[in-house]
Amino acid sequence: MKDRKKSFSAFIGICVLLIFVIILENISGFVPNVPQVLEPTSPLFTVLKKAAVYSLVAVTMNLLNGFTGLFSLGQAGFMLLGAYTYAILTVPTAMKEQVYYLFGGCAFDFSLLDMFEGIFGSSGAGGAVSMILACLIAIVLAGCVAGVFAYLIGIPVLRLKSDYLAIATLGFAEIIRAIFQWQKLGKVTNGANMIKGFPTFSSFNITDGAGNTILRLSTFVPFLISSVCILLIVLLIHSSYGRAFMAIRDDEVAAEAMGVNLFKHKMLSFVISSFFAGVGGALFAMYVANAQAKAFTSVMTYEILLIVVIGGIGSVSGSVIATFLYVACSEWWLRFLDSEHYIGSFKVPLLRNGFRMVVFSVVIMVIVLFFSQGIMGNREINIGALFKKRRPKAERKQ
Amino acid sequence: MSEEVLKIEDLQINYGGIEAVRGISFDVRAGEIVTLIGANGAGKSSILRALSGLSKPSSGRIIFEGEDIAGKDPTVIVSKGLMMVPEGRRIFPNLTVLENLKIGAYLRKDDLEEDIERVYGYFPRLKERHWQEGGTLSGGEQQMLAVGRALMGRPRLLMMDEPSLGLAPKVVQDIFEIIKQIHEAGTTVLLIEQNANMALHVADRAYVIENGKIAMEGTGEELLSDEKVRAAYLGTS
Repeated sequence: MKDRKKSFSAFIGICVLLIFVIILENISGFVPNVPQVLEPTSPLFTVLKKAAVYSLVAVTMNLLNGFTGLFSLGQAGFMLLGAYTYAILTVPTAMKEQVYYLFGGCAFDFSLLDMFEGIFGSSGAGGAVSMILACLIAIVLAGCVAGVFAYLIGIPVLRLKSDYLAIATLGFAEIIRAIFQWQKLGKVTNGANMIKGFPTFSSFNITDGAGNTILRLSTFVPFLISSVCILLIVLLIHSSYGRAFMAIRDDEVAAEAMGVNLFKHKMLSFVISSFFAGVGGALFAMYVANAQAKAFTSVMTYEILLIVVIGGIGSVSGSVIATFLYVACSEWWLRFLDSEHYIGSFKVPLLRNGFRMVVFSVVIMVIVLFFSQGIMGNREINIGALFKKRRPKAERKQ
Repeated sequence: MSEEVLKIEDLQINYGGIEAVRGISFDVRAGEIVTLIGANGAGKSSILRALSGLSKPSSGRIIFEGEDIAGKDPTVIVSKGLMMVPEGRRIFPNLTVLENLKIGAYLRKDDLEEDIERVYGYFPRLKERHWQEGGTLSGGEQQMLAVGRALMGRPRLLMMDEPSLGLAPKVVQDIFEIIKQIHEAGTTVLLIEQNANMALHVADRAYVIENGKIAMEGTGEELLSDEKVRAAYLGTS
């Protein structure tokens, strides 16, 4: 009963957030002379889109590291699988010749987008339906591919513990990246070149016949998909499976003695986490509008690990908050450090290209040194509690 | 007497060439408290680990309710109703008391309310603290939680590994009082203890283990009055 109330308030909270995002994104279209921050080209929306994508990946990593106690560093590899699956499945056939020009076309002569456009038509409402269906199915398949690979890799790798597991998964991610850059596979992966031309977030903006945007949805879409996925992960964590994951994290031997099948549950957590990392990879491809193996290096995994640590290992809401702060800092708030500034005729020292990363590293070191629990520790934000009237203590006791 | 719940025949356990248990046979009958006592390194915990499936015996048979479970996985063994209270409590420190209890019943998919109430009946303290994280409990409370957690699995046979370890004498008495209550409610108990005095007082039958072998066996009272046992384990003569 209490749980249902909690999930209801969480659901309402997410709906409010999504409506807020739509309004924020479209306010410049309805209200004249909005501050520059709210213009569609503002860094605010770049940050929101990227953070929505990253928060999903951060939560998947937290599911493994924070809730199941598996120190895995393969997230970028699974994102890469998701990104390429999505890209290869949705690039329109007509675009393939152009995208794969170095390899004389693509070996894979199929596109979900074309398939659905053949059914529903390619313009107007039919076009919208076919794009939504194509993207949705491609995203789910992206997750499935990542999940299947996770299963296969998990069989040998999940027998390892702590650091060894981290090294093995990190190695896997790097191997996958190298394979996708291999020229011999160029007909499928386009070698070291990027795949582009597939539907991105801005493809979801609704335009009229003349090409003017009526309703922007390019920030709303990543928010919607990410929040649905994060909600599913939270539901998993609160199920009896989630409890078993946390038991394994706390004490493997005791969990085993209670009848929890260690391997099965680790595998379940690993596959689910990788599935959603694959979805996150597909979203990332949509965000940057291309899929390129070069982007999914171990640096990306470390970035996400950092977010998880800053947010608090074992806290979903912490991961989400930390993602938005981290992305905002790296993409927006600290950008000014990278260019030269003058106060009058005085040139501010040190500010030059790259200085942002120095400041950023110091900030992170301070956080890790003095706030080792992260922003949230292992606590969660309870949306319901924010609205609840505090009852007097005497009454609460009964 | 009554039927055998557990029968162990010629159990041997080796750890990389070291013989921890060298051919032990004993049995536990329904409704009994049986205790294994012995010094550090006698092989007591090794026996329990083998019984619960956490390690595999090198040879011998472990027959639980007519079925050989030697070398089976813990999941299988727990589902048959052989629950363990591990040595050193090993509760889940970051889960709440209630969540800890629910993990104990992980393999059961039916309603848990009744069992939770039963455990709270034995340990009212756990009810007061059901929302607290396990790691914040005191040592005695953690031991109660570990026992309660094992009871959640509706054990046909409850195995306890050193429930008195690291606890104040008063708390040890409380724990043994509850072991007696649980036993009176119909649960068969296999108890492993270094605190031979307490263990022999509650036990129906006892086995003394020395160097991986059974050195002596008898009822609790017999062993309590035995000269050798008194000298070696009770510190009196």
